[in-house]
Amino acid sequence: MNNTLENTKIDRSKYSLDYLDALEAESIHIFREVAGQFERPALLFSGGKDSIVLVHLALRAFRPGKFPFPLVHIDTGHNFPEALTFRDNLAAKIDEKLIVRKVEDTIREKRLTEQRGKFASRNALQTYTLLDTIEEFKFDACIGGARRDEEKARAKERVFSVRDEFGQWDPKLQRPELWNTYNGRIAKGENVRVFPISNWTELDVWNYIRRHNIELPEIYFAHDREVLEWEGQLVATSEFIQIDPTDKISVKKVRYRTVGDMTCTAAVESKAATLDDIIAEIIKTKTSERGETRIDDRVSEAAMEDRKKTGYF
Amino acid sequence: MDILRFITAGSVDDGKSTLIGRLLYDSKSIMIDQLEALEKQSKNKEEGEIDLALLTDGLRSEREQGITIDVAYKYFTTPKRKFIIADAPGHIQYTRNMVTGASNANLIIILVDARNGVVEQTKRHSLIASLLQIKHVVVAINKMDLVDYSKEVYDKIAADYANVATSLGLNEVMYIPISALNGDNIVERSEVFPWYQGPALLDLLETIEVNADVNLTNARFPVQYVIRPQSAELHDYRGYAGKIVSGIYKVGDKIKVLPSGLESEITAIEVSGKNVEEAFAPQGAIIHLKDDIDISRGDILVQQNETVNLSNEITADVCWMGQLPLQTGSRYMLQLNSRLVKAVVKEVEYRLNVNTLEQEAAPEKILLNDVVRLKLKTASPLPYDAYNTLKVNGGAILIDETSHVTVGACMLQ
Repeated sequence: MNNTLENTKIDRSKYSLDYLDALEAESIHIFREVAGQFERPALLFSGGKDSIVLVHLALRAFRPGKFPFPLVHIDTGHNFPEALTFRDNLAAKIDEKLIVRKVEDTIREKRLTEQRGKFASRNALQTYTLLDTIEEFKFDACIGGARRDEEKARAKERVFSVRDEFGQWDPKLQRPELWNTYNGRIAKGENVRVFPISNWTELDVWNYIRRHNIELPEIYFAHDREVLEWEGQLVATSEFIQIDPTDKISVKKVRYRTVGDMTCTAAVESKAATLDDIIAEIIKTKTSERGETRIDDRVSEAAMEDRKKTGYF
Repeated sequence: MDILRFITAGSVDDGKSTLIGRLLYDSKSIMIDQLEALEKQSKNKEEGEIDLALLTDGLRSEREQGITIDVAYKYFTTPKRKFIIADAPGHIQYTRNMVTGASNANLIIILVDARNGVVEQTKRHSLIASLLQIKHVVVAINKMDLVDYSKEVYDKIAADYANVATSLGLNEVMYIPISALNGDNIVERSEVFPWYQGPALLDLLETIEVNADVNLTNARFPVQYVIRPQSAELHDYRGYAGKIVSGIYKVGDKIKVLPSGLESEITAIEVSGKNVEEAFAPQGAIIHLKDDIDISRGDILVQQNETVNLSNEITADVCWMGQLPLQTGSRYMLQLNSRLVKAVVKEVEYRLNVNTLEQEAAPEKILLNDVVRLKLKTASPLPYDAYNTLKVNGGAILIDETSHVTVGACMLQ
């Protein structure tokens, strides 16, 4: 090996990456591995901040080329309208293909039974639509915005997470993932879920959004909204939830910390109108992202692990 | 602010999960709802203490059995650094998981139970640190509260460990007496060790210099993907996208492509959508060349005066990770960064006893978690560096041809 230049002679301060740039470099590398290893990848886009960051990273990985994958949205029919508008505008602005598949159609075609109850959620049913969509387009890799800091089952998942024909995750049979070497080889019918921002935390995502001034749906910022108070959480009133006469409904200044379905995402009371305000609040907060805003994770200790095993993201 | 990735080695009995729980808890990285969930599960509620170990065991079966099976990644940030912890299991039957967690670590914390001193397991964890070339080793001598915070006990363990470190070539070793359970010397220096003058663990983690571990001298750029928009306005655009795994590339650099040996010159470099004069590891980049030569995924670009091993006969230290045994004559795929080649195992030179660190005669079958020295033959010449000199271009994986599972971690020699 050539050692004519000594490491010590290089001014290292010129050549070091700060943590956000290092995270970005890692994510771009993962995106390009997907492009290099798979024939029919897809980027699962929800309109939430994590998937918006994914799109931003993909632009940095592939421009001036086109994305080597379409954006795919599994529309539960319970989305925030603001998120849907944002989704359509973004896809048009970057001029990339957007595929939308509706849970509504799967329910009708497959005669699925919808959950009942006050906050009847289609969270579990969207797995059917996702798996059908993977089948329809023969996707071999689906890129998603899950992060390991979100939840403890996710903390165990690989960046390249192999799923069987039924979309199932087997936490005991995960492939060892070494260095930055990602093994995307699969058998026919299997597919890989790829998580480029695995090592980002919620705060990293927000700091990155601020640094690059990335546009977000307005519901992430404080706004007035009619909400129902339920076990300490604030759920937006909508046609998708069952409202009873005894419910306590009021208009509050809120923002969303995560954006999922209207039926299972809670708002937080906040006056944070700018990214700076939001970041200041997140640094001070004492509750985790999913704990504060996701009604669907409270069901059991292993709720996420169980859903992942059956094909959920 | 930069990132420090570290791995903790030790079994549950050594207080590994308690240590991590303590770091997260004392650095205020645990949220109220997570604490509440923890309190619900904690078995020793009557003592009024929550079981911090429960924080790190993410899977149902792990919680049921009270052990760590797979690597879990945990995150915390202080004003000085972002930390990524690979929480890996310590039992011998999970050696492969520890190797996985160790592969990306800048630093390893090896936990030693002060009552037991340096044991077989300590040696095994140190061997992995040495095999994977983790530069910085912190020996945390834990449960000091159970040996009356004795300096003699601490000194004896440190002296014993120094022998292990020397035999394994671990140069940078730091020692800290701690009690993870009580939080002594974890976030702040504790007065229970008046004889200890060094920093608390967190202080050490915050200040240790890891930037210098990136090799900026010997540049390697494995091509991941070729960007060719083929649109009207970008008709001639052809950029090689990849990650600079080491070194610095500048516009004007004379480069060669390996394994083909074709030569050219860098005409432009893009990083994150912007044209730059130079780019460096670990940045991702798109590199443009003067000549229209045949380059595809798996090729690497290096400076013309660089010498890179180029051979189809390779010796490697391999941690076997397959459920099925490895046998001489078996075929695999070998993946080094973005390059994928067929490989066949020609010979097993020896097996390393991971507990005694001695070389043993090669057994007929190499089993899960065995560490062996292999001779491999690849279907085409592989451009690589010795793992010990440039690990970013010397760590490869073996993939089973039919099941596609990753079955080996190779440190190329």
